Amino acid sequence: MEWEVVIGLEVHVQLATQSKIFSGASTAFGAEPNTQACAIDLAMPGTLPVPNEEAFRYAVMFGLAMNAEIGKRSVFERKNYFYPDLPKGYQTTQLEQPIVGAGQIEIHLEDGSSKTVRLHHAHLEEDAGKSLHEAVFDSGHGMSGIDLNRAGTPLIEIVSEPDMRSAAEAVAYLKKIHSIVTYLGISDGDMSQGSLRCDANVSVRLKGEEELGTRAEIKNLNSFRFIEKAIKVEAQRQIDLIEDGGKVVQETRLYDADKNETRSMRSKEVANDYRYFPCPDLLPVVLSDEYIEQIRAELPELPDAKCARFESEYGLSAYDADQLTQERATADYFEQVATKSGEPKLAANWVMGELAALLNREDKSIVDSPVPAEHLASLIARIKDNTISSKIAKQVFEAMANGEGDADTVIEAKGLKQVTDTGAIEKLVDDVLAANGAQVENYRSADPDKRPKMMGFFVGQIMKASKGQANPQMINEILQQKLNALL
Amino acid sequence: MAVDAQTVEKLAELARIAISKETIDDVSSRLGDVLQLVDQLQAVNTDGVEPMAHPLDEVQVLRRDQVTEPNRREEFLALAPQTEAGLYLVPKVID
Repeated sequence: MEWEVVIGLEVHVQLATQSKIFSGASTAFGAEPNTQACAIDLAMPGTLPVPNEEAFRYAVMFGLAMNAEIGKRSVFERKNYFYPDLPKGYQTTQLEQPIVGAGQIEIHLEDGSSKTVRLHHAHLEEDAGKSLHEAVFDSGHGMSGIDLNRAGTPLIEIVSEPDMRSAAEAVAYLKKIHSIVTYLGISDGDMSQGSLRCDANVSVRLKGEEELGTRAEIKNLNSFRFIEKAIKVEAQRQIDLIEDGGKVVQETRLYDADKNETRSMRSKEVANDYRYFPCPDLLPVVLSDEYIEQIRAELPELPDAKCARFESEYGLSAYDADQLTQERATADYFEQVATKSGEPKLAANWVMGELAALLNREDKSIVDSPVPAEHLASLIARIKDNTISSKIAKQVFEAMANGEGDADTVIEAKGLKQVTDTGAIEKLVDDVLAANGAQVENYRSADPDKRPKMMGFFVGQIMKASKGQANPQMINEILQQKLNALL
Repeated sequence: MAVDAQTVEKLAELARIAISKETIDDVSSRLGDVLQLVDQLQAVNTDGVEPMAHPLDEVQVLRRDQVTEPNRREEFLALAPQTEAGLYLVPKVID
């Protein structure tokens, strides 16, 4: 039997506002517990929420970037449930009339193909606080600690249609969402800090079947790697279950990364029944066409547009352009190097090659790159004008990574300038030929077909004698002439 | 519309309200009265009437994105039954 996996994602994105969605408390990450939880966030009696204009502006930006309908009139509702990190006993969210309606985006897969994923809708809501267990306490009282700093942080929840058919597609979609929200600057997108989190609805069905299978929802996936692994292992669990004659139960599951398995969250005695109703504390939010058009006019260049421009303007391959535009910071860095050095293709190779390896090794993001874009541009300029060879360039790059200055400074300080002086190279060639009489004799008596291969030995010796600094093309030419003269 | 005892128990559980066995009958008949009123409202023909999200036919005013609330943690913590290390303590919750 051939099975098909069907995936829909709910992505929660924390918006990068200064203050909370309904109060003037700060949203800064990492503050001491409960120092950014005001009377409104704590649900003190008599408090009233007032929505943050910036949260709406960000949500509209997102909607426009997703080619979605914008809810010119959106309404907040109460989603009622009890949990200690939710002081009000309900989450203020949107249901019937969300700020962003149906839309769609294109995702790019590793095999070079593309696919359209439909957006069901996206709505504004408030985040909950955090419950802290054992680790924080040693007093043995068995209580949980509640930090409400995060309570009331604005979120957009982005709900896709069940359009993805593999874990790889789900990851590609999530990367696209990540890319869009960071390009727009509406979220820092930092998954390790919970700024972008994802729930995955996973079901399986026989290939060709129209009807969807029963789905399980995997909660709180917070890295691209875990999402991929969790979806794969959950799909396999469902397939095994059905093939063994069992049935998938609609439920919420948690992914355990250590065991690489999903497990059912303890089923509650009473099934969730959120009893939504319109929030009487908040009036409908109405946005004018002018307001929305103003935001549209101010949208920055988005990943797809930038990718297309990199292909046409810089002559990059589709793959390179896609790689370089996934993150805005990388795209900006590349563009600086490309324009300053005037060598876009070399710039692309260096940014995706040596620079990416360096950042990976040092676990740094490109904005904190030890090699600034101007320095890499100066290095590429020196390769281009033959001051140094590509091989020496790697040495210069390492020195720049160690903070030894820009390319010219390093080349000067280390004396790495490529030798292009004919006289100097001739001398090197003569010295090597004189020191290796036996090999020269072999070369002369060898079959002409074998000679080009034998030349490599001399080239290597000459390069070594020049400490890698002699221009390789010139070595080849001069060596060839001299060897020919000996025949 | 009648509300049976089971429904009352379920609603009480969802709302985290304690209702003793003895009062269930009373509560169900009173809820039933309320629902009768709702039935009357639902009998009204509302064809072509736009649903309202709020009884006031007004539009929400938005606030500028500024931090205006100072840290008043110590005052708020002082109101809670139990605190530790700047946290509110609650009976252990594991989902």
